[in-house]
This record gives sequence, structure tokens and C-alpha cells, in this order.
Amino acid sequence: MAAAATPNTTPARPTIVLVGHGMVGQRFLEELADRGVTERARVVVLCEEPRPAYDRVQLTSYFAGRTPEDLSLTEAGFMERHGIELHLGDPATAIDRDTRTVTARSGLTVRYDSLVLATGSYPFVPPVPGKDSTGCFVYRTIEDLLDIEEYAKNSGTGVVVGGGLLGLEAAGALKGLGLTTHIVEFNPRLMALQVDEGGGSALRRTVEEMGLEVHTGVGGKEIVAGDGGTVTAMELSDGSRIDTDLVIFSAGVRPRDQLARDCGLTVGERGGITIDEQCRTSDPAVYAIGECALASDGRVYGLVAPGYDMARVAADALAGQDGSFTGADLSTKLKLLGVDVASFGDAHGTTEGCLDVVYSDSRSGVYKKLVIGAEGELLGGVLVGDAEAYGMLRPLTGSVPPLAPEQLVLPAGAGAPAALGPSALPDDAVICNCHNVTKGAIRSAVTEHSCGTVPEVKKCTKAGTGCGSCVKALTSLVNDELEASGVSVDKGLCGCFPHTRAELYEIVRTLRLTTFAELLDSHGRPEARDGDGCEVCKPTVGSIIASLAPTLGADGYVLDGEQAALQDTNDHFLANLQKNGSYSIVPRIPGGEITPEKLIVIGEVARDFGLYTKITGGQRIDLFGARVDQLPQVWARLVDAGFESGHAYGKALRTVKSCVGQTWCRYGVQDSVRMAIDLELRYRGLRSPHKLKSAVSGCARECAEARGKDFGVIATSNGWNLYVGGNGGADPRHADLLAQDLDDEELIRLIDRFLMFYIRTADRLERTSAWLERIDGGLDHVRDVVVHDSLGLCDELEALMADHVHHYRDEWAETLNDPERLSRFVSFVNAPDAPDPSVRFVPERDQVKPDLTLLAGPTLPVRTLEGTSV
Amino acid sequence: MTTALTPDAAVGSRTPGADAQDATATVEIFGPQGWFAVCAREDLIPGRGVAALLPDGEQVALFVDRAGRAYAIANRDPFTGAYVLSRGLTGSSANRPFVASPLLKQRFDLATGECLDDPSVSVRAYQVRVRGEEG
Ligand SMILES: Cc1cc2nc3c(=O)[nH]c(=O)nc-3n(C[C@H](O)[C@H](O)[C@H](O)COP(=O)(O)OP(=O)(O)OC[C@H]3O[C@@H](n4cnc5c(N)ncnc54)[C@H](O)[C@@H]3O)c2cc1C
Repeated sequence: MAAAATPNTTPARPTIVLVGHGMVGQRFLEELADRGVTERARVVVLCEEPRPAYDRVQLTSYFAGRTPEDLSLTEAGFMERHGIELHLGDPATAIDRDTRTVTARSGLTVRYDSLVLATGSYPFVPPVPGKDSTGCFVYRTIEDLLDIEEYAKNSGTGVVVGGGLLGLEAAGALKGLGLTTHIVEFNPRLMALQVDEGGGSALRRTVEEMGLEVHTGVGGKEIVAGDGGTVTAMELSDGSRIDTDLVIFSAGVRPRDQLARDCGLTVGERGGITIDEQCRTSDPAVYAIGECALASDGRVYGLVAPGYDMARVAADALAGQDGSFTGADLSTKLKLLGVDVASFGDAHGTTEGCLDVVYSDSRSGVYKKLVIGAEGELLGGVLVGDAEAYGMLRPLTGSVPPLAPEQLVLPAGAGAPAALGPSALPDDAVICNCHNVTKGAIRSAVTEHSCGTVPEVKKCTKAGTGCGSCVKALTSLVNDELEASGVSVDKGLCGCFPHTRAELYEIVRTLRLTTFAELLDSHGRPEARDGDGCEVCKPTVGSIIASLAPTLGADGYVLDGEQAALQDTNDHFLANLQKNGSYSIVPRIPGGEITPEKLIVIGEVARDFGLYTKITGGQRIDLFGARVDQLPQVWARLVDAGFESGHAYGKALRTVKSCVGQTWCRYGVQDSVRMAIDLELRYRGLRSPHKLKSAVSGCARECAEARGKDFGVIATSNGWNLYVGGNGGADPRHADLLAQDLDDEELIRLIDRFLMFYIRTADRLERTSAWLERIDGGLDHVRDVVVHDSLGLCDELEALMADHVHHYRDEWAETLNDPERLSRFVSFVNAPDAPDPSVRFVPERDQVKPDLTLLAGPTLPVRTLEGTSV
Repeated sequence: MTTALTPDAAVGSRTPGADAQDATATVEIFGPQGWFAVCAREDLIPGRGVAALLPDGEQVALFVDRAGRAYAIANRDPFTGAYVLSRGLTGSSANRPFVASPLLKQRFDLATGECLDDPSVSVRAYQVRVRGEEG
């Protein structure tokens, strides 16, 4: 044990070593940090894979466009913030329990006070001859997927050995890569572990309809390799043969317990490191958690939720707190190849004296079974094809359901009573299985922690932030609870309308209403009709009418007719109000590209009007300190020089930022500046529920910070990746990948659809980030709608955008050409030529700033200031 | 834009007499020196405000609602000190007409000047009348 790397090990600062940085390992680190243990202890992590922990559960989404970075579970800066030493690509090779040291492949040796093993599982590969041929793969890590993707490029057919959960996922992936795909399953049915025979045949039918070939009740006998040891075929136990280029083994997993065996820790007969209820192994200084552990109930859990429980318990033990893991629920709900599959509780009916209630419709691939105990209590069930009821049924397990079981399995519309609400559940029913959150905890988040919305409850309890399958139940619980505690959950926009913004949008669009008054008088709350509306609904409706104007045949100009009264002051004066009543001016500089001549004009205008000048975060220039009456004069000069409104004042597209791109940058792979300009000119003036920001980066280095934008575009060598829902500000959020490797046309079409779908369905002042988090189904739903056209809306969305692009006019140029409109730009109606004396400035750093002393007093002595007396 | 501030001169062409002559309705505010004509009725857009100067240099925010009723309150937003209330959005709440400050959004009753969001704050309300409407 030479050169032990133990710089800080003193009794006061113990060392914790974690072996394995997978899903459970990462969760364990977070739990340690939550308990403050990372401040008291040195934490060293040995990670075998070349990258930090990622979401293995979502692994297959790599083929749907999620990048390895998207899958990461390790928040940027997490390790640094908590002083955790992470060694990537350096697996542990030996443990010496006498000297309490762990040695890694690199030769690094670390002394530990506590050791935690989170080594996960390895895929089991049946011992068939030829299993090591080129073209044979397993399906466990990102590297496996990269290899499969590469090899599949030159393959026509693929075989997946194993028809369980993972096998079906792998088969779906191969199909998606364009291969003719076979599934070979030794058991008589698919997903034998989770579903019963009836469920298996419903599943099989649906899977076959998708064009996959299913072979059950047979095993692989031999893999036939041709020249150079490359797979050419697979022979099956029934004597048949499948010609194939590629084989994926997905025949189950085995705990990775070799390290533990080698150092003499107790392991189970069939594998797994034996642990007690505190997750301690046979050596009290060593813990094991996750898929490598054999829990005290004699089981090895191959699911992530029980692993997370163990991570919590081990962190408790290290923090000196109580916690125990005695076993977990094996319930699962998955969408496999687009089919909902769920099983929970005693799905196979192994309890003595239990009875089944079954609903089966193989025509539509629906199969539902509930297992009922002797006392009428729900013991478990299987749902295939329609797993809507899972969120309700699983928490009811163990109790007598409030409805007869046969009513619980009937499909909606077939005599089923109104859906059973989560209000029927007991308080200790677990609503979020991923984070083990009970109904009681959700209720108290509302009543005791005064969370008033679903996102707040999610933040407070973590419920709904794992797999997301409980969000629907969560939402209705939160609403019930709010209602019960007297908070009326009026989803109405304001005191004038009982509708949400999205509903008002639909009303305006379908009834083709072009004025606020019409809408208020026909759809407002009774007490608000014939009134004046309010400061909330007027601009909201104004924005809806403006974004639909070309389609409605209304005038899109925001200063016209009744529209004038709907806009807040910024939109009314086409400038941004500042604290002393002056305005700032932002001309559009598309993509941040500007000629020296135009730059000079901006400088001259600013100098001549004495405006404070500042570069904005959106790659343009803001000119501050203009009085209302100066706005037209300033703009006359700017429009003359070829500038147009930058809409900095509107809930509208602001800027499309860009890096310099391929044209100049040695790393650039696409012309990001040209794309940014195209996008900015296309969407300029588009009114939306909130401001919209965008950026285009010319390569993966991402200098334009596109992932911090509502829609961000990042160049790839094949085209463009489109990210949506990003946000800077107080609650930053990285944008999610919507689609990748798009050509110019595809990119623009997708953004058209995305923006119009957002405008149509978002709430007032709801940025795309909050909208994506709120709407049912989240990003996946939005992708379904705008990429796969699941609602058949895309043509309409594209037409709306085409109308917008076609009818765009510069608001400032129009204003300058219209004396009637210009007449509004005065400080005083009865003294059009008089400047507002309260808008004054004092010098600062060679420019000006508002003179706030003028605003400080109770009233302003105007006369003395101006030297005029009346 | 350095015109000296001479409210009298500026409004001189809009005396009640002059307006009555061309039969246009005139909006008048009751200021320190009695009724004072400010502008023509048609200068006001329902639901929007304008600022006006009184002879003593005070700034007034003037509004008409959808039903054509006119209101005037002080233009100074007491929360920020800026003279901006005339540029706020108007509305009605429980039949009380109000304007919301464009800066920090507090609402003021147009008839009484009371702040609806903070009863300890109010701004001055002025009497307004529209003359010559029938003419
Ligand atoms: C395609 C797929 C889909 C899945 N879907 C679901 C699902 O829908 N629901 C569900 O609950 N579960 C699912 N799972 C299972 C889930 O991913 C696992 O339960 C979970 O990852 C277990 O976490 P873990 O940390 O114990 O193991 P892992 O995530 O496997 O992490 C173990 C890590 O330890 C490393 N390691 C091993 N030995 C050493 C060593 N000697 N030194 C250093 N590092 C070492 C490994 O390289 C690995 O990175 C799925 C798994 C796959 C592959």
C-alpha cells in the first residue's frame, strides 16, 4: 500500500469513499450534502465510467435525441461546491479491510473510515457459443448505446435476446435505427416478470403490430459468426435460425459483487452483497446500496426507487441519524414502445385465497387485472395498453377500494363511473413512488407550508419530479386541498374573466372577436361586463388580438382604435418606461450584427439628445432618458438611418443573439450569424404571453448561450439542434433538446410550430420554461404536437406564423407617418410643446442619470424650477 | 426642446368660450383658481389617460372611462415620486374606476384618489366636468 493519498485524514475529518458513481451513488452524494456530511468529511468517489452519473432509466431517450449531457444527473458545480473528489474512469480494483484502504486501477490508494459500494449490476450474457463475436452487445451504458448506434449503420437485421423490460426497450431502439428486429424470449410470454399471461398476450399483439417479430418459448442456441468473427446468424433452441448482423443480450442483470467477494464480505447465494436494515454489510465500516445489494428481505432490487431509499438510509447512518430499509414495492409504470404497461403489488396473485377481476380487449390491446384479497382488499394488479388508473390504484393497495373492483377496470365510457379521484385515498397512500411522498405530505405542503401551486408543491416535496407519472394525481390533490382550505382555485385570468389566457385565445380565435369590449361583454364575469376591464386582462387580450390580428382581419398596429387603451405604457409609447418617467429606446440590431455607419448614427443620436448609452445582454444598444415628446424625434433619425423597432417594450420577440460562427471562427461549423438574422427578422414583432429570447451558436462550444433562451439553436456538423424552454433570470433553466440535425427549413418550420403552440396555450406572463414544466406531458407532449403532429395542429400553426411574417410592419415607421398617432407623444395635453419638468438628469461617469431629488418631495415646485410663475 | 413652461399661453386657445364657439365639448378641471379648461373631449381615448398642467404648475392625470365619464387625479405616483399616473392602465373593480401605476402597479381610485392596495396612501382627486357636450 504505497503512497496512500490521505492528505487530510485526521480523526476530526473522516474519509468516506464511494465506489461506483451511478444513479444511486449520485443520489447518495446528494443525501450526504443535504445532511451537511460533506462539510465534515472528505468524500472520494471512484467512478468506472468515463462520465459522471447519468439517468440510466432514460438511457433509451438517447435515440430520441437526448444527448449524453442531457442525461447527466450531476448538476454543474455540484462536486466543487461540496468539495467532493471525483475520479472518472478509475474503477476500484481491490479493498483491504484490515488497513481500510481501497485501490483503484490507476494505482491510487485511499484510506477510508467508511466505504460505500454502489457498483450496480452487469448485464447477464447467457453462455451460448459465439457470444463474444463482433456484433454482440449489451444494453447498459451510454458507451454501449454509442457502439450499437455505430454498428447498426451497417446492419439490416438485429436480434434482442430477452423479452423483458429492457429487451423491449432495446428492440424499440433497434427498430428506430431502421433494423428489422426480432425478440427472442425464453419464457412463454413477454415481460414475464411484470405481467401475467393475459397481459403478455395483449402486449405481444401490440408489439407485433408495430412490425417487430416475437419468438417466445425459445432460447438462443448458438451465435453463428462468419469471416473475421462477425455475427451472421443466430440458431434457436427449436432448430430455427434467424439471419442477423447484430445481437443485443438483454437477459437480465446480476449484482456486481466481485469486489465484495474478493475482500471477504458476505454475499448471497445467488449474488448480491448482504446488508442489514441500515445498509451495512458484514463489515460495519462498509455499506452497500443500489442494485449490488442484497436487502434484509432477501431481495436484490433492480429498480431505481428502492436504490434511492437505500442511498437515503446509508446517508442517515453516516450522519448519525436513524433510517432503515426493509424492502420496497416493485410497482412499475412504463411506456414501452409506446404502450403503457404497469404492474403493482401482488401482480401475479400469489396471496392465498385471492381472486382476479379481469378486463381484456385484445382488439385494442387493453388488458387489466386486479388481484383482490379475501376481505375485498386490493392486493395488486396488471395494466397493459391503458394504465391511466395506475396513479390511483397503486396507493389503494392494501385497502378496500371505495368502488367495486369491476368498476375500476372498465374503460371510460363503458359504464365506468366517474373516475375515482385521489380524494378517496388515505393520507398514508404514497402518491409519488420515486420520492416516496405520501398524500399526507402533499396536503401539508399546501396547508402548513402554504404552497399555492403545483410547481411550488413539487419544489417543496419533490413529488412529481422523478418519472412524472403521478403529476396528474398530484395536481388534482393540490387543487382539492386548496379548495378545502378556502383558497378558491379560480383559474380565471383576473376579476373580469373566469377563463385562462389559453381559453381566451381560443374564444378570440374561433369567434373572431376583434375588440376587448366585445369579449368582455360576451364572456366576462357578470359583474365585470360593461365595465372597463383591468390592468391584467387588457394587455393580455391586447396581445392575443395582436398575435391573431392578421388571421382575424384586425389591424395589427398596436396604437390603433381600441387597442390603444389596452396596451401598457411601454407598448403605448413603443419605448420602455424608466423610474423617473423617462423612456429608453432600443433599435433592432438583428443577430447583433451592425455596420460602422449605423453604429455612428446611434452614437450621434445619443449625443444629440443627451441619452445615457449602454450595451444590453442581448447584443444591442439601449438609449436611456428620452422624454415622451422626444421619442418621435429620436426615432425619425433612427428610421432614417435604416433602423426599426426592437420591441424591447413588448411581450414579444426580443433578440436572437449569435456568436460569430463559421465565417470567422476556427471552430464554427455553421453560419450562426446568418441564421440568427433570419430568425430575428422572421419573428420580430410577434406578440406572445411573455418576452421571447433566442440565440444561435455556431458550434457545440455554445458561445451564444443558446440553452439559456426560450428557443436556442446550436450548430452541428449535420445542421442544427433546437433547444426549447431555457431561461436566465432568477430561476435559470437550461433549454431541452427538441430535435436535432435539422436543415434550415426543418428548423424554421419547427420553431414556427413551437412558438405558435406556446402562444396558443401558455398562461399570461408564463415564460416557455414555466409553460413546459406546467403543461400535461411536458416536453414529450410538446414534441408529440410540434414534431409528430399528434393533434393535427401543425398546418394551422404554420399558417398562423406565415400570416404573421407576411403582415409584419415596423411600428415606429408607421407611427412617424401618421400625424394622428404622433399627436399622442406629448408630455401635456394642454401644453404640447412643454417638456415635463420632473424629467431631469444629473451627470455621472461622463453620461447622465435621473435626477431623483426632483421626485423625492411630496410635490414638485415646478414654477421655481422653470423660473415661470403663473 | 427648451421651450419655457408657460401653461397659460399653451392653453390659451382652449378657453371655454372658444370651445363653445366651435361646439366641441371641453373638459374642465376645478383647480386652485376655479374651473380650468384643459382639452377637447375628443382628445381623450376611453380607457387611456393624458397629463395636463394646471395654472399653478401642478400636473394632473385625466381619464375618461368607457361610459364617457371623466376623472382627474394628481399625476404624481406617491410610491416612486415620478409623474406617471396618467400613463397607467385603467380598469374597474367592483364598479370603482381605477388606474394602475405603470411603475410599481399600485391602483388608485379615479374618483377619490385612494390607493386600493394601501389605504394609508392617496393622491389628490380633482373635480372634472365636460362642457358643451349637448352643443
Ligand atoms: C435501459 C434501462 C432502462 C431502465 N429502466 C428502468 C425503469 O424504467 N425504472 C427503474 O426503476 N429502473 C430502470 N432501470 C434500472 C436502473 O437503471 C437501475 O436500477 C439503477 O441504475 C441502479 O442504480 P445503481 O447506482 O445501483 O447502479 P448503476 O446506475 O448501474 O451504477 C453503478 C455504477 O458503478 C460503476 N462501477 C461498478 N463497479 C465499479 C468499480 N469497481 N469501481 C468504480 N465504479 C464501479 C458502474 O460502472 C456504474 O457506473 C433501467 C436500466 C436500464 C439499463
